[in-house]
Amino acid sequence: MSTSEHTTETHHQDHAAMSTKTIWNVFWVLLILTVAEFIIALAIPLDVMPKPYKNILYIVLTIAKAYYIVAYFMHLKFEKLGLIYSIVLPSLFIILFIIAMIYEGNFWLLER
Amino acid sequence: MSAVSNADQIKPNDWSGGVSPYNVEYGKMMMWFFLLSDAFTFSALLIAYGALRFSATSWPDPDVVFQSAPFITSGAPLVFVGIMTFILIMSSVTMVLAVEAGHRMDKGGVIKWMWWTIFGGALFLGCQAWEWAHLHHEGAWWGSNPFTNKDGSPGNPNFTNLFFTITGFHGFHVFSGVIINIIVLIMTYRNVFHNRGHYMMIEKVGLYWHFVDLVWVFVFTFFYLV
Repeated sequence: MSTSEHTTETHHQDHAAMSTKTIWNVFWVLLILTVAEFIIALAIPLDVMPKPYKNILYIVLTIAKAYYIVAYFMHLKFEKLGLIYSIVLPSLFIILFIIAMIYEGNFWLLER
Repeated sequence: MSAVSNADQIKPNDWSGGVSPYNVEYGKMMMWFFLLSDAFTFSALLIAYGALRFSATSWPDPDVVFQSAPFITSGAPLVFVGIMTFILIMSSVTMVLAVEAGHRMDKGGVIKWMWWTIFGGALFLGCQAWEWAHLHHEGAWWGSNPFTNKDGSPGNPNFTNLFFTITGFHGFHVFSGVIINIIVLIMTYRNVFHNRGHYMMIEKVGLYWHFVDLVWVFVFTFFYLV
């Protein structure tokens, strides 16, 4: 009985953590990261920063934005650890898939 | 106290039984697992794009292909897609605000923020329809690519095939999201969630809506920036 009361309490606390203030803070973070992408794309010339470096920055910024959307807007950061692992760990297989297919794509290019 | 209730209290972790280990409602958990499978579907599409692009000797320049916006025929790279990105982030914010209002059992707040979310989604779809119509007008469609590659060679049709397939699949998700949002808005008006005692359904629909935003973040990077 006390266990279930405890979990209900923490559940409520977690939801209280996501206040209107937090929501708008996350909005500003997402907006600033997006603006940073635009500055890299439009304001920085390619001889100052070559395309491969720009691409790495785009990917880092994209993953940062994805983190804020999933952690705060989708509230995953405040869920039970078990649920977090159940969603995040399978997603990591995507990285393997990316490496395999990019390697394959390069191979096709060499075969041309 | 009896021995049974003591045994209940000393259970060491979430997985020893007696409690719900994820501490989420069934529907919410199922939404998470659906989104995980949908993430794999979108990954497959985007990785196919990555593999084909890596295998191409040259590729069209996004700053040249996407340089138009309504009333601007050329020379404005990324402006229109920037507006679209902002609209989708904004509608994600209004969706969390609807969820937040739901936690406070504030029916009026939920209705207000759901209207804004639906408006944002419809605006995004309108923008996408304009962009597709514009590209189609320039001769781009599945199987036909009028844009030359960066090195001046004829454009690879894979570019338009992948663009229309992936943005189309994403747009279809946005469209379904708008329909689902309209359904839960009607249910809110009809006091379904108020009588139920919680607005959990808004949260579940919200998860789907944020996922659509999340996918756009990736589509935007890999089609318009890289």
